[in-house]
Amino acid sequence: MSTNSLTSTGRAGDSGDKIFSGATLAAGGLILAVLFSVAVFLLIQALPTFSADPAEITGGEGFGSYILPIVIGTVIAATIALLIATPLGIGVALFISHYAPRRLAQVFGYVIDLLAAIPSVVYGAWGYAVLAPQLALAYAWLAENLGWIPIFEGPASQTGRTMLTAGIVLAVMVLPIITSLSREIFLQTPNLHEEAALAMGATRWEMIRMAVLPFARPGIVSAAMLGLGRALGETMAVALVLSGGALDASLIRSGNQTIAAEIALNFPEAFGLRLSELIAAGLVLFVITLAVNMIARWIISRHKEFSGAN
Amino acid sequence: MSKRIDVKDLNVYYSKFLAVEDVNINIEARSVTAFIGPSGCGKSTFLRTLNRMHEVIPGARVEGEVLLDGDNLYDADVDPVTVRSQIGMVFQRPNPFPTMSIRDNVLAGVKLNNKRISKSDADSLLEKSLQGANLWNEVKDRLARPGSGLSGGQQQRLCIARAIAVSPEVILMDEPCSALDPISTLAIEDLINELKSEYTVVIVTHNMQQAARVSDKTAFFNIAGTGKPGKLIEYGETATMFSKPAEKATEDYVSGRFG
Ligand SMILES: Nc1ncnc2c1ncn2[C@@H]1O[C@H](COP(=O)(O)OP(=O)(O)OP(=O)(O)O)[C@@H](O)[C@H]1O
Ligand SMILES: [Mg+2]
Repeated sequence: MSTNSLTSTGRAGDSGDKIFSGATLAAGGLILAVLFSVAVFLLIQALPTFSADPAEITGGEGFGSYILPIVIGTVIAATIALLIATPLGIGVALFISHYAPRRLAQVFGYVIDLLAAIPSVVYGAWGYAVLAPQLALAYAWLAENLGWIPIFEGPASQTGRTMLTAGIVLAVMVLPIITSLSREIFLQTPNLHEEAALAMGATRWEMIRMAVLPFARPGIVSAAMLGLGRALGETMAVALVLSGGALDASLIRSGNQTIAAEIALNFPEAFGLRLSELIAAGLVLFVITLAVNMIARWIISRHKEFSGAN
Repeated sequence: MSKRIDVKDLNVYYSKFLAVEDVNINIEARSVTAFIGPSGCGKSTFLRTLNRMHEVIPGARVEGEVLLDGDNLYDADVDPVTVRSQIGMVFQRPNPFPTMSIRDNVLAGVKLNNKRISKSDADSLLEKSLQGANLWNEVKDRLARPGSGLSGGQQQRLCIARAIAVSPEVILMDEPCSALDPISTLAIEDLINELKSEYTVVIVTHNMQQAARVSDKTAFFNIAGTGKPGKLIEYGETATMFSKPAEKATEDYVSGRFG
């Protein structure tokens, strides 16, 4: 017998290796299976909507005209949230990682992590009861002075429960996600590169621009995308804060609606075709989230060569 | 350009730990000075006090004076940023900015000091610096490519180009060849010889032959034992230091009879 002695499997690690790779495969498969079954469920349940007579759909003009305004509403709410939360989150994260004294930075870090653990219904209640009435005053001022800009067109909402308020509440909700992820990444900036910048006479801010931010770029994009995912799908807070309605360019009047809130508000009483409509709306949200993530991956991969990964 | 450095009664601390004790040394302008000594004796620590990089580490501080042509780097109203823009540094591991092109790496320091440099000035400075670092011929066709795509030796020369692009008074090098192969090492040693005509160069090295080859003067640091501070034992002409040093410890170290 000409056995190759190198093929003998006497090593103890061998079986452990197999078990581990089996386990990871199973876990990966499970995730895909769950995702797939959710997608199939959404598709099957949504089908009646797509084949229904347009006149029977809510609004009476077919699914397209039903879904479009709330798609736009969803995107607007999430965009406002990101526009506010991303720069703020990066700023707070930089403060924690590179400016604050170590003690203070730790305390700050804990507080931010705590913010992430607050249930969204609490944010919703706070937005509804505390923030909205405050903002109502600001909206009145905006309508009066900047009313010529379409998004600030009056008459401003008396209650303050508008799209802008919802966006701000969402921003507060995604801020901890963006901040804590960015902070982790900023802290991982190779010391080597920070010192390279400092040694050629960079100030701290210049060092951050030369070494920290470029290194953290893909991470910041990922953090923003995770935040965006949460903002797109957030249900309770928007449902509580926003006094919804038809699509409206002005962000300081009541009106507009997001997909998630539309589903949450109508789901309890929905049956038959209405139920199918809401599920189809859920499917659209699913697709939007997927698309956003793919765009984010594309943005990151475009700069791979300069990422320092090589 | 190029200035001399005079160090007076310098103690260097990491928080409470005295890492380097009572150093006095005078480094001539336009010369190459080598720091040698066993691991942990404080060569890097001391080198980093010469451009105020030491204090970047939390808790790190110094006592004493470092004079650059008579001006104390550690005067209360001196900004470390100014010091570092005049005293460049090359590190043990090549550290070009991975997100920048070769061109941007070389010009990074210049753009800090002078934001509005014209394209043609930038181009000629780029070429001059890369020529000065003996790297121009190898990279002139790929200036827009990332610096991290170069070999280790090329990356280190890129870092030297980056350091000389700002025309510093002094260049500090901490074991610049320790991560490189013999050929790249020779290339960098040649380069150091050329740099001497324009700059004051201080180099830390573990390689005795290298110290002997490149330096005019050599400083030997030693440490009495772990936890004890490092000290400057002897400082003199490199030829003397390697042939007939005054101190027994120096002789043991340079002849390899150490420890
Ligand atoms: N960041 C730090 N914090 C605290 N102590 C440090 C730090 N860096 C170095 N030390 C200590 O300072 C002393 C001198 O270290 P240093 O790195 O300057 O030695 P070195 O001569 O450069 O050694 P090597 O030849 O191995 O590079 C050592 O005892 C070391 O443990
Ligand atoms: Mg060292």
